Amino acid sequence: MAEKKLRQIAIYGKGGIGKSTTTQNTVAGLAYLGKKVMIVGCDPKADSTRLILHAKEQNTVMDLVREKGTVEDLELEDVMKVGYGDVKCVESGGPEPGVGCAGRGVITAINFLEEEGAYTEDLDFVFYDVLGDVVCGGFAMPIREGKAEEIYIVCSGEMMAMYAANNIAKGILKYASSGKVRLAGLICNARKTDKEFELVSALAAKLGTQMIHFVPRDNQVQRAEMRRMTVIEYSPEHPQAQEYRNLAEKILNNKMLVVPTPLEMEELEDLLMEFGIMEAEDETVVGKAEKAA
Amino acid sequence: MTEKIRKVPGITKESTQEMIDKVLAAYPEKARKKRAPHLGPNDPASGKSCVQSNKKTVPGVMSARGCAYAGAKGVVWGPIRDMVHVSHGPVGCGWYSWGTRRNLMSGINGVTQFGMQFTSDFQEKDIVYGGDKKLKTLLAEAHELFPLAKGISVLSECPVGLIGDDINSVAKTVAKELDLPIIPCNCEGFRGVSQSLGHHISNDTIRDYIIETREFTEPETPYDIALIGDYNIGGDVWSAKALLEEIGLNVKSVWTGDGEMEKIAATHKVKLNIIHCYRSMNYMCKVMEEKYGIPWLEFNFFGPTKIKESLRAIGQCFDATIQEKVEAVIARHEPIMQAIIDEYKPRLAGKKVMLLVGGLRPRHTIGAYEDLGMECVGAGYEFAHSDDYDRTAPEMPDATVVYDDPSEYEFEKFAETLKPDLIGSGIKEKYIFQKMGIPFRQMHSWDYSGPYHGYQGFAIFARDVDMAVNSPTWGLVKSPF
Repeated sequence: MAEKKLRQIAIYGKGGIGKSTTTQNTVAGLAYLGKKVMIVGCDPKADSTRLILHAKEQNTVMDLVREKGTVEDLELEDVMKVGYGDVKCVESGGPEPGVGCAGRGVITAINFLEEEGAYTEDLDFVFYDVLGDVVCGGFAMPIREGKAEEIYIVCSGEMMAMYAANNIAKGILKYASSGKVRLAGLICNARKTDKEFELVSALAAKLGTQMIHFVPRDNQVQRAEMRRMTVIEYSPEHPQAQEYRNLAEKILNNKMLVVPTPLEMEELEDLLMEFGIMEAEDETVVGKAEKAA
Repeated sequence: MTEKIRKVPGITKESTQEMIDKVLAAYPEKARKKRAPHLGPNDPASGKSCVQSNKKTVPGVMSARGCAYAGAKGVVWGPIRDMVHVSHGPVGCGWYSWGTRRNLMSGINGVTQFGMQFTSDFQEKDIVYGGDKKLKTLLAEAHELFPLAKGISVLSECPVGLIGDDINSVAKTVAKELDLPIIPCNCEGFRGVSQSLGHHISNDTIRDYIIETREFTEPETPYDIALIGDYNIGGDVWSAKALLEEIGLNVKSVWTGDGEMEKIAATHKVKLNIIHCYRSMNYMCKVMEEKYGIPWLEFNFFGPTKIKESLRAIGQCFDATIQEKVEAVIARHEPIMQAIIDEYKPRLAGKKVMLLVGGLRPRHTIGAYEDLGMECVGAGYEFAHSDDYDRTAPEMPDATVVYDDPSEYEFEKFAETLKPDLIGSGIKEKYIFQKMGIPFRQMHSWDYSGPYHGYQGFAIFARDVDMAVNSPTWGLVKSPF
């Protein structure tokens, strides 16, 4: 057997953009193609694996640490579950908003997985599904030295999603200059905004990368989610399932790994104006209420 | 107290500056620029500090400083004997500050005369999920295990500030549940440049949570005072208190050596605050002056000369009955002190001492060395501010070197040049100088000796200094370097 190289991939993007849904459907696509995959959910909400496991919530690493006292008392099998297509699933878990340190939870969980040998040789892919905003060093753990080297940003044609994508590219640039982390592409999770395909493609080009796939909006995704399933498992014949298989295939064959060239705020706004998403600023009305202006 | 300007043979402004320049030459340019203002020849005529102070330590040098938590736990809170002190965070901070400062406590052996200390011993899960629930449980357990404790202090270690554990709200809730004062002190180690900020934060915490919450049970008298800034190292408070009582004053509370929370809380009712360690407690003296109109006075109980001056200054704050007792007490002790001086001075006269201690002792102990015929050829502090250095200028001989937060390298090189007969500093410095063959006394904890305060303390101080300086050991040491 030829020596396999484990590919570690991190998925970032604005909160609520559909990272977890996209990740799980894509992973299901890779599993469909016969690949061995592990998902590591890096979000205290712990909803990165429910579609693969058909579970409401998975026992997270940190929850069990809390229960057992220390991380040393934990066994890998306590936290790793296997779901659709033999996909291995782990959730880091963490505190409810407003207390403690969720970032440390991600660090603790990933260290635990490494020490317990979760990164087995049979794996082809590890996917890290990371909380929307990289708020502190903990959430950058998946892209530190020796972890994920490929990053996909999920975005849409909405202005804030594109701002977020550009910001994430800035973060990647920081790590790329000192390590092997590279931007591998934007995944457009379509919201049916105007000229979405063109706009996201243009942004990708400006960032020096590609829009690796344009996932059209389809309610089939929601119907599958109601049963806590990926579209691929719920309705393999549906065209949306084919979209995710296509995305999986593209990721499998993707060789385009770049150091991103994030845009200055002005450039980004120019781009949005070019596509009519944003109007030119009228400085005379800034800060004036509707009635006053 | 104006001092006449003293000279040390061979030490001039030029010679000291030359020594400083030589030491600074070893540094890279950036570090040299930063360190230069912290070293200077003393200028007693100006009565002003000759160095910059209370600045961030230069990265890469070996500093003797601690952190804000150390200032809060080790200095201000730790000595209060009727409280449980909780080090909230991982175990190390609590463990290494547990009874290491020799602040002795009175009380019933095995029941009330030891420091009651807890740590919440943070694990990964406490960082990730917050340590507030654990703190709540701990407080209840501490109260159950030590029902005699009059209150609990909660001292933040670094992670508490990083993860935003709300100790203030936990303290508030649990205080109500247990009907017990629970005092949260946000003294995370990373705050400020040294332990000094920990003292300030702790003073503010006493202001916000403790002062004025109790009244003294004994009746008020015109001679009620509080002894501030004495931490009872090796029994200092007991010696000082006895002396103050001998001159007719009632020491109603002590901050915080062998201190009691309920008496500290009633200190707003005293007539005068006398403060020994200005650096760690001047803040509350100023608060009590502004808020309750209580005057305060700095004093010095090291060595008979300073003790005499201080006793008279304290006497001046009261009526003739006290002043007469002051004179009687001085008259009674002088011959005893003279006997001590007669015994030790012949062996110590002309010996040179260098000092590096926290925020008070370098200037306060100089008089005691001088009583023994010694002279101070260099002094500096770990965490003093410019008002401390202002107070130091008149105490030191002219042109002697002043060093603020010196690095190990600077201290060692100065000692090499000045060849002192004794160095008084901390445990981290002790073995370097002993290996150089220089006698050393640990002046934070009195080297397992003490007390050094008051007349009683001077006898011990003189014996210890003589024992160090004139030990035959040093004649047998041959440094291999």
